[in-house]
Amino acid sequence: MRDELLAIIEKNSRIDFKELAVLLGHSEEEVLNELTNLEKEGIICGYHTLINWEKTSIEKVMALIEVKVTPQRGKGFDHLAERIYNYPEVKAVYLISGGYDLMVILEEKTLKEIANFVSDKLSTLDSILSTATHFILKKYKDHGTILNKEEKDQREVITP
Amino acid sequence: MRNFISYKVESIQPSGIRKFFDIVSEMEDAISLGVGEPDFDTPWHIRDEGIYALERGKTFYTSNSGLKDLRCEIANYIKRENGVEYNPNSEILVTVGGSEAIDIGLRAVINDGDEVIIPQPSYVSYLPCAIMAGAKPVIINLKEDNEFRLTAQELLEAITDKTKVLILPFPNNPTGSIMERKDLEEIAKIVIEKDILVMSDEIYAALTYKEKHTSIIEIEGMKERTILINGFSKAYAMTGWRLGYACGPKEIIQQMTKIHQYAIMCAPTTSQYAAVEALKNGDDDVKEMRQAYNQRRRFLLNEFKNMNLQCFEPFGAFYVFPCIKEFGLSSEEFATRFLKEEKVAIVPGTAFGDSGEGYVRISYAYSLENLKLAIGRLKNFIEKLRSESK
Repeated sequence: MRDELLAIIEKNSRIDFKELAVLLGHSEEEVLNELTNLEKEGIICGYHTLINWEKTSIEKVMALIEVKVTPQRGKGFDHLAERIYNYPEVKAVYLISGGYDLMVILEEKTLKEIANFVSDKLSTLDSILSTATHFILKKYKDHGTILNKEEKDQREVITP
Repeated sequence: MRNFISYKVESIQPSGIRKFFDIVSEMEDAISLGVGEPDFDTPWHIRDEGIYALERGKTFYTSNSGLKDLRCEIANYIKRENGVEYNPNSEILVTVGGSEAIDIGLRAVINDGDEVIIPQPSYVSYLPCAIMAGAKPVIINLKEDNEFRLTAQELLEAITDKTKVLILPFPNNPTGSIMERKDLEEIAKIVIEKDILVMSDEIYAALTYKEKHTSIIEIEGMKERTILINGFSKAYAMTGWRLGYACGPKEIIQQMTKIHQYAIMCAPTTSQYAAVEALKNGDDDVKEMRQAYNQRRRFLLNEFKNMNLQCFEPFGAFYVFPCIKEFGLSSEEFATRFLKEEKVAIVPGTAFGDSGEGYVRISYAYSLENLKLAIGRLKNFIEKLRSESK
């Protein structure tokens, strides 16, 4: 049940446990227990909403920042990653294989704020060798969801 | 002027679905639960392979029986799904959908007057294809009491000296019924004893919700007397690609290939390249779609239970076949009124044979949101009918 449950709520976190029970063919109690366990085990980390900010009047600027670092003895990348992810404007931090080490996703209201964050806060951290900032111009697909997609059933209305 | 029309063709009834389609098409805001094809798009990696084939200029005929690679992948697929081996060189034919395989399969084996047993309710094309092949169709009316499975007793009663072919349409459209191994073993025993050929249409084989689908070819002595029909439409959401296949004894496949060669030449080339990708790397897609269908199936059955609508639990395809006899309306009246009063299109059971009277087919090849909307209207409609009859 676990895999299927996760697959459902990854796409629809608002679904209630009663409906989940029907879809999964288990009792409500079983589903509720499983949900509680998943939360306790830190497998379900939150129930967020995917918002297409472009359609609102709220201004947001997003950037992907490639960061090259010197890993610190005994701490590897984790310590530095922590110093970065504690900033609330940092939306995500990933350790990456390949040409650079950390990928930082930053969200601010203006371009200037991003520039300031990179120059004042990020670049000045010890052990950071270089950064490369890429601004996001347009989101086509996010969290597995195609934004601005027109859903239209193209099938004939009745077929055998 | 003379009447140029063939008697045989003229005698065939136009599909009951067609009539209903015309009514629905005129209504603009109707929601439909009447579709017999998946709501999913063909998975992107499969479409991509089709595009790639076009880019590379793979725009020519393939061999009559289909791309060698595709026939090999089909053989691999059946080996891993059913544990049965077919020779890709002589026992597999790639066709234009499962529909073509039904047509040419019957034409390859029927002599005038041979009897073809067709269990109903079932897909609309068996009967006309049998008639056009020159056969005398013999209908078995399946019963809800048996979950619309074919029983040994029913089969025995339909067999005569002239019986040549039994059509086995499971998992079934429109009932959603399946045949499990024990059911198939009983059928196989009779079929072997009476020396009958089986045409097993397993186009919905990938969509079962109990245990894994069993094919009759898995039963001893049956591979050599079965034409197995399957295809890509339902499992991989590839209806518009028009691609299916038939597997069977090489003597039969050889004759089918002859008809196919003269009538069709070969199945669409782009589709064949895409289908190779589907069989190689599509298992996860099928699993994901099956899971989604199963959730919707559970949702519908639960809703029917809540509204006290009688429906046996179907374990295959993507249809439910609730019984509407309590309302004292014919299937067609029920479906027509439901469409006019609540603007939801479903298909009367009679479109699939007389034994579909008293039932309607509801497809769950729709998103849950759509289903919820339509089921809300069904609830209204049923309540209205119930209060009318009080």
